[in-house]
Amino acid sequence: MRKLTKIEIITRPSKLEELKEALNAIGVAGMTVTQVFGCGLTKGHQEIYRGKAYNINLVPNIKLETVICEIPVELVVETAKRICRTGEVGDGKIFVYSLDNAVRIRTGEEGDIAIIDPD
Amino acid sequence: MKKGWTILILCLLFSAIILPVAFADEATPVAAVADAAKVDTGDTAFVLVSAALVMLMTPGLAFFYGGMVRTKNALSTIMQSFIIVGLISVQWVLLGYTLAFGPDVNHLIGNLDWLGLVGVGMDPNADYAATIPHYAFVVFQAMFAVITPALITGSFAERMKFPAFVIFTLVWATLVYDPVAHWVWGTGGWLRELGVLDFAGGTVVHILSGVSGLVVALMIGKRRGYGRDIMLPHHLPMTVLGAALLWFGWFGFNAGSALSANGLAALAFLVTNTAAAAAALSWTLTEWFVHGKPTVLGAASGCVAGLVAITPASGFVTPLSSIIIGLVSGSLCFFAVSIAKAKLGYDDALDAFGVHGVGGTWGALATGLFATSAVNPAGADGLFYGNGAQFFIQFEGVAVSWVFAAVMTFIILKGIGLFVTLRADDKEEIVGLDISEHGERGYAYQDLVGGSAIPFAVQSAQDEQVVAKTTLA
Repeated sequence: MRKLTKIEIITRPSKLEELKEALNAIGVAGMTVTQVFGCGLTKGHQEIYRGKAYNINLVPNIKLETVICEIPVELVVETAKRICRTGEVGDGKIFVYSLDNAVRIRTGEEGDIAIIDPD
Repeated sequence: MKKGWTILILCLLFSAIILPVAFADEATPVAAVADAAKVDTGDTAFVLVSAALVMLMTPGLAFFYGGMVRTKNALSTIMQSFIIVGLISVQWVLLGYTLAFGPDVNHLIGNLDWLGLVGVGMDPNADYAATIPHYAFVVFQAMFAVITPALITGSFAERMKFPAFVIFTLVWATLVYDPVAHWVWGTGGWLRELGVLDFAGGTVVHILSGVSGLVVALMIGKRRGYGRDIMLPHHLPMTVLGAALLWFGWFGFNAGSALSANGLAALAFLVTNTAAAAAALSWTLTEWFVHGKPTVLGAASGCVAGLVAITPASGFVTPLSSIIIGLVSGSLCFFAVSIAKAKLGYDDALDAFGVHGVGGTWGALATGLFATSAVNPAGADGLFYGNGAQFFIQFEGVAVSWVFAAVMTFIILKGIGLFVTLRADDKEEIVGLDISEHGERGYAYQDLVGGSAIPFAVQSAQDEQVVAKTTLA
């Protein structure tokens, strides 16, 4: 079984479409996208309701997760960096994990075959 | 805190300025009992209720527009219509009414005799409505002045800064709406004397707002990511609610314009409902035919297109004519928003021009085709009743409104642009105007990406390509 790697990209919601297109272009087929809230260096913003101010310091982001085996990890990371970088605070993070196993539930296939598109 | 004091002091100063005006008219006698005979209670009740109906249209429009934008701009879009009810109601009493309906100056504008409604009272004004208190006419017309600039907000939705919007609205109402209202409805107004027929404001309300909207959309530019990002309506049920309120309020708009509870009001009511219904059907059917599915947004947009088109004609045409006017309007506006807009590439976000500009123009011209003095002797015959001249008069009225609205809006925006920032910057636009302009959000948990809650595929009207995009629930 070839090595499986999971890449997690946390970035601005406005970058999602562009990121998806770029990843598709380098052959990343499957992904899971979630809406997340988080904080790092970003300060968030203030909301005011009837005069009472609330500091909202968890900033909305998206988390894109994908598992790869054939595509070089560097390529995916570089692509994500290129697309998501604006140079401002809040561009996000990329995390890379090595993975023990993957299972395609429908067929029971395990390992690299489970995440490769059959066509 | 300092800012708060500044605003408070400004408000107090403003009040001090208008106080002398407020007490200046104590000399005018309160309506005597003898005058009560001239006031028709049925007419008065009807016009006051109609004014209330028209008032409801603007919050209805807020819902109609608010449902069509992305989640992050829902509040700011609703706010633009809602705050206009406040802004223009006050502007109307202070200045707007006298400019639009005050004693005529050179057929172009009303003079300042009725500044702050001094000299306007409970007695009827025979020039405008002989059987209702002058106040009733003022408040009925106020609601028209309120909704017109609110219609424009659809064209620059999701990207205009709030201070710029407020200044634009006040200046536009004063320099564009009030003069044209005088031309078309005011005693001595030049378009009225020319014989332009506009029963309830197809020219004054819809052409002005639609064309001005187009100019604003072109000048302020497209929304960030227009054509690339997903920009889905975030809450269509709210849009349908808004359309329903508009339809309901429009009975006051058109039937109330008879200014009397009589047969003409009944005709206006009937043709208004008929045209709205016909247009809802024709938009839906056209869309069904072109794109393969009848949509709810199409039905809601269609009824509004029909209402817009019948507005100028509502007191002059037969019920049968109103079906034709409505059917044409629904299909015409559908093509304007789904095909012409895409081909021309401007970003009139919520189709203020496509529905109000196009529908209003069709309605004004249709009045010149279908009008008949058989239903309203005070009107005129149109082209189909043997009077081709009326059609050309209507055409003249349309052309004048188009040019005036376009030129004035261009000048106003250029002028305001010197002092304030018109457009939200990229950051503000990405976060959404709710948070960046108002520091609030419409929903506790919002979709960050598309503005709606379902994955979808868009069928583009231009090239029939299916584009798969993602959005998050």
